[in-house]
Amino acid sequence: MNITTMAEQEILLMKGNEAVAHAAIRCGCDGYFGYPITPQSEILETLAAEKPWETTGMVVLQAESEVASINMLYGGGGAGKRVMTSSSSPGVALMQEGLAYMAGAEIPGLIVNVQRGGPGLGTIQPSQGDYFQATRGGGNGDYYLIVLAPSSVQEMADFVDLSFELAFKYRIPVMMLSDGVIGQVMEKVILPPFKPRRTEEEILHQCPWATTGRRGGHPINVITSLELQPEAMEKHNIHLQAKYDEIRKNEVRVEETLIEDAEYLIVAFGSAARIAQKSIDDLRAQGIRVGLLRPITLWPFPYNRIRELSASMKGILTFEINAGQMVEDVRLAVEGRTPVCHYGKMGGIVPTPDEVCQQLISNFNIK
Amino acid sequence: MENIIAPENLVYKKPTLLNDTDMHYCPGCSHGVVHKLIAEVIEEMGIEEKAVGVSPVGCAVFAYKYIDIDWQEAAHGRAPAIATAIKRLWPDHLVFTYQGDGDLACIGTAETIHALNRGENIAIIFINNAIYGMTGGQMAPTTLMGMKTATCPYGRQADLHGYPLKITEIAATLEGTCFVSRQSVHSVAAIRKAKRAIRQAFENSVNRRGSSLVEIVSTCSSGWKKTPIEANQWMEEHMFEYYHLGDLKSL
Repeated sequence: MNITTMAEQEILLMKGNEAVAHAAIRCGCDGYFGYPITPQSEILETLAAEKPWETTGMVVLQAESEVASINMLYGGGGAGKRVMTSSSSPGVALMQEGLAYMAGAEIPGLIVNVQRGGPGLGTIQPSQGDYFQATRGGGNGDYYLIVLAPSSVQEMADFVDLSFELAFKYRIPVMMLSDGVIGQVMEKVILPPFKPRRTEEEILHQCPWATTGRRGGHPINVITSLELQPEAMEKHNIHLQAKYDEIRKNEVRVEETLIEDAEYLIVAFGSAARIAQKSIDDLRAQGIRVGLLRPITLWPFPYNRIRELSASMKGILTFEINAGQMVEDVRLAVEGRTPVCHYGKMGGIVPTPDEVCQQLISNFNIK
Repeated sequence: MENIIAPENLVYKKPTLLNDTDMHYCPGCSHGVVHKLIAEVIEEMGIEEKAVGVSPVGCAVFAYKYIDIDWQEAAHGRAPAIATAIKRLWPDHLVFTYQGDGDLACIGTAETIHALNRGENIAIIFINNAIYGMTGGQMAPTTLMGMKTATCPYGRQADLHGYPLKITEIAATLEGTCFVSRQSVHSVAAIRKAKRAIRQAFENSVNRRGSSLVEIVSTCSSGWKKTPIEANQWMEEHMFEYYHLGDLKSL
């Protein structure tokens, strides 16, 4: 059975990792470069099994390392192509050099991080411990990535095309920060409609900066992050920061559930938000008016919306599968207007909805 | 005399792809000659509109300033990975990397070996001057035994530093390579041979015949602390003895 040729609206059952692979083929991805690592190897495996090089012409290559993968993104994105890689936490750590170079050289590309527990080799179980690494720029220098946090298999599929659109709109690497839960869980999904790969002419038109060769005496294009003159380097950095401001203005995405009459707020992203969905239902059943805010973009972070909401909340619980990372951003947004506390577990332990309910009740002394 | 200057009397000219930007290379350095050969070959092949170079970290980091084609500047050692993607995504293009010994044979060994072993249709131009020029003369993977550098000031010793790496010999053993050659640019005859090798490598890339590696055994008069003439002599006497010139593989 070839899933990619099935009717577009058909509802399928598959893993989040598989959905990423199918979505990539369907949304005009030109190339995937990656190295196997648990819990995301199904992405490369699915692509290899689907053989998109015979249908859409998409390149699929198993690289010698994550270091090579990210530099293949540098090369391919710098040449104007829609390219992606995927990995998990320790592998993404290896990519940080290349990400900083891509940010400096303003190269579009998609990096899918299906997070596992750390630090170091850590565990193969799910975690959200790479929040800081993803949102602060794990490499050197002043830069950001756009970071999207899918919380379902459907979003694993939908965010592939969205990531490419954002990456090319702003010439910036985009990270999908997923985790072992969302990568491995099987759910219903409707794959995105087919979109052909861009033609050579479209790439030349849309990416006049890319190293496509000097067609018809086109000015020389150089993809580089290097500039030895401090004045010129400062100018480039100011340009990057202006771009980041533009992204902060335009691209913040959140999902809000039962916010209108809420007295308490849970802030959670990705798989933690799925758990918190159940928690708010259970808490509401007990008569506790609680809402859920799910940042879909972790960078840019929804500071303004959380600040707005904080004025009318008796307390905010940040729930993450880590030691408390996003909670720092929530506190920056809240600026002390209301108490903020964190609940999370580490080491690959995924908390239950009940635990989140108990934490909210005990932290804010709800009778 | 003035009548002599006429197009029909022209016996030599600077390739038009080599622009007039002042090169930052030291007097006596081989880079300038190799840059000129690359510009000549691309021009003679008529493929400047389909040529993409990948420059390294090291002395040739600014190669893109001198040859008027599209370039990508790589992180240290990663040029073969970058070139891999460009060539796979633009399969009709000439894609080549230009790398020094530290970049190619030390920090980028994995990318080099695996790109060559996969038979990527790229050409790698490898400048081996047995020293780190850009950072001020430290030991390279190709530094000869006994040779003094800033980080082996008493000379390279096997027990302390290991042995000079013949990565070109390794490349010749890999199934993915179709052309592996070691050349130099210290004399007119050598320059002509080096140019032929670069042309062969570039044609292999365009025609997708597999990976090509052309090592250019080079001088670094500043790093070696010699005059340009002494550096050339020292290279002939010492470098060629360890790094034998000629084609190692030509399929």
